[in-house]
Amino acid sequence: MNRVRVSLKQLLWLGLLGVVLILFGLGPRYAPMYTIILLTAIFMYIILTLSWVIFSGPTGYVSLAPAAFFGVGIYTSAILGKALPLLIVVAVGGLASSCLALFAGGLTLRLKGIYFAIFTFGLVELIKNLLLWWEIHFTGTRGRFVIVVDYATVYYVMFAILVVLILTAYLIRRSKFGLALQSIGDNEQAAAHIGINVTALKVVTFAVSAFFTGAAGAIMATRWTYIDPYIAFNPLFSFMPVLMAIFGGLGQFYGPIIGATIFGYLEELLITRFPYYYMLLFGTIMVVAILYLPNGLVGLIQKVTARLRVLARSQPAPAATSEAK
Amino acid sequence: MIQVLDVVIAGLLLGGLYALIAMGLSLQYGVARVLNVSHGEFIMLGGMTTWMLYSGFHINPLLAVAICGPGAFLLGFILHRTMFKRLLALSASPGIFESNSMLASFGLLFIIQNIAFMIWGPEIRGYSYLAFPVDLGGALFGANRLVTLGFAIAIGLAFYTFLARTRMGKAIRAAAQDPVTAGLLGVDINLVLALCFGFGAAMASIAGVLISISYPVNATMGLEYTIIAIIVVVLGGLGSIPGSFIGGFVLGIVGSIVTSIEPGLALVAYYVIFMLLLLVKPTGILGR
Repeated sequence: MNRVRVSLKQLLWLGLLGVVLILFGLGPRYAPMYTIILLTAIFMYIILTLSWVIFSGPTGYVSLAPAAFFGVGIYTSAILGKALPLLIVVAVGGLASSCLALFAGGLTLRLKGIYFAIFTFGLVELIKNLLLWWEIHFTGTRGRFVIVVDYATVYYVMFAILVVLILTAYLIRRSKFGLALQSIGDNEQAAAHIGINVTALKVVTFAVSAFFTGAAGAIMATRWTYIDPYIAFNPLFSFMPVLMAIFGGLGQFYGPIIGATIFGYLEELLITRFPYYYMLLFGTIMVVAILYLPNGLVGLIQKVTARLRVLARSQPAPAATSEAK
Repeated sequence: MIQVLDVVIAGLLLGGLYALIAMGLSLQYGVARVLNVSHGEFIMLGGMTTWMLYSGFHINPLLAVAICGPGAFLLGFILHRTMFKRLLALSASPGIFESNSMLASFGLLFIIQNIAFMIWGPEIRGYSYLAFPVDLGGALFGANRLVTLGFAIAIGLAFYTFLARTRMGKAIRAAAQDPVTAGLLGVDINLVLALCFGFGAAMASIAGVLISISYPVNATMGLEYTIIAIIVVVLGGLGSIPGSFIGGFVLGIVGSIVTSIEPGLALVAYYVIFMLLLLVKPTGILGR
């Protein structure tokens, strides 16, 4: 009996997921162009956030490298965009970011806490300045043009990356790798002691998370058409994922997704409505979120539902007792 | 020979400024455990206020030190008393506090920068003060840069004496070593941390005043100086005042050597040194 109920619930979830997939899949046919572009941006933020969470969520290593991976993807697209088909460019962008992550991770993952955060942020700035110098000295230009792709294709590719990412993140979280990562976050020495190859696991997970960020950068570049090192390696792309993940809440799988969705929408809204106060509002939300929502939106939701449950339980209770009399 | 001297002195002048910037951050991170990413915004506030006072009211930039320093101290003190104190109480472990306070200071960065943008706009501002050349062993340098170096060293020495000789300085050093035990021994730990954060902000804004004398300033200059401060602090060892000076002078001289060879690569050289040091000795030159 119990078993049937569980599988029914699972079927319901699967059905819901299917409906959502079809809805998003049919999007560009029926929805207005603005909605599609907005959705593409939101998907991009979810990808950035979730791929950050794959590595930094369980291990507790705060990586500020997403902008580097994102920028590598963008430059892959700018350099190879005209020579290769789009999907290959996206894959190469992801792989190039993974290679960078393998290299940087192998070098630095023994750094602890704040040092790792500083190092990864330095990586972004190093690549940006090196690239700027290179472009001015050897290519003679500052920026590059990227081949333009129509907005529906960008949307579909971004959506596909997102679906694969969600699957990957879910599987990692549910597998023994997820548990191993979690144990690294809880106590790295103990994790190494019970036979987990701590370094290899960290570096590989770092590379996996970089792949999706790079792929998202490669496809997003085709939307921007013109890029230079300042646009591609904008440090905001390092901070936004961290912020969105914390805003959403790291406790649950869906937390970062909710955080990224709300923030992506909010950013669009604030930039278009209040272009001059955008950063002020953004910073205020950030400070308030950190001060008053320590467990993110998920923590708030859990608190509210718990309170509702208590209320629901306490209200019918007197009625029941009076009936019994 | 003259050229070598030229490069070295230019490096020392730059290094003094870097040291002053880093000293403030070192205090905020070394004692208050806040890796204050909005540090550069306090520098920017100091610089822009000085420009406004000089061009609007003809107030001597060196007098602006006496206005910006206490102002920024108060701002930093209040910020710690309200925001970071609450964060400290909320955070379960020092590690969580470090990452939370860093993110909160990112929020501050956005807020301060946006407010500065609304007041002063995006234009690059500059003025000319003490801009006559001084002959140093055959090499010519602006008097304003010498004044900057003098101020940096004077403030560094004064603060070092304060830490080493006074009762409050002792409390600050105790809080840096072990906040819990210091609290048990009767140090008002929240007051000490707030004071340190305030001092850090004051040093940043005084550095901003001095920067505005020699270099152009604008509302978005902060982050660049924050990054330099972080590099210098890590180079010299977190929380060490002499370390800030060593790190500052090392970075200043490296910067000036690289600039004399290939100007475009100065920032790249900073990052390379910084990353190499993190890999070899993450606790810094003077770190334990």
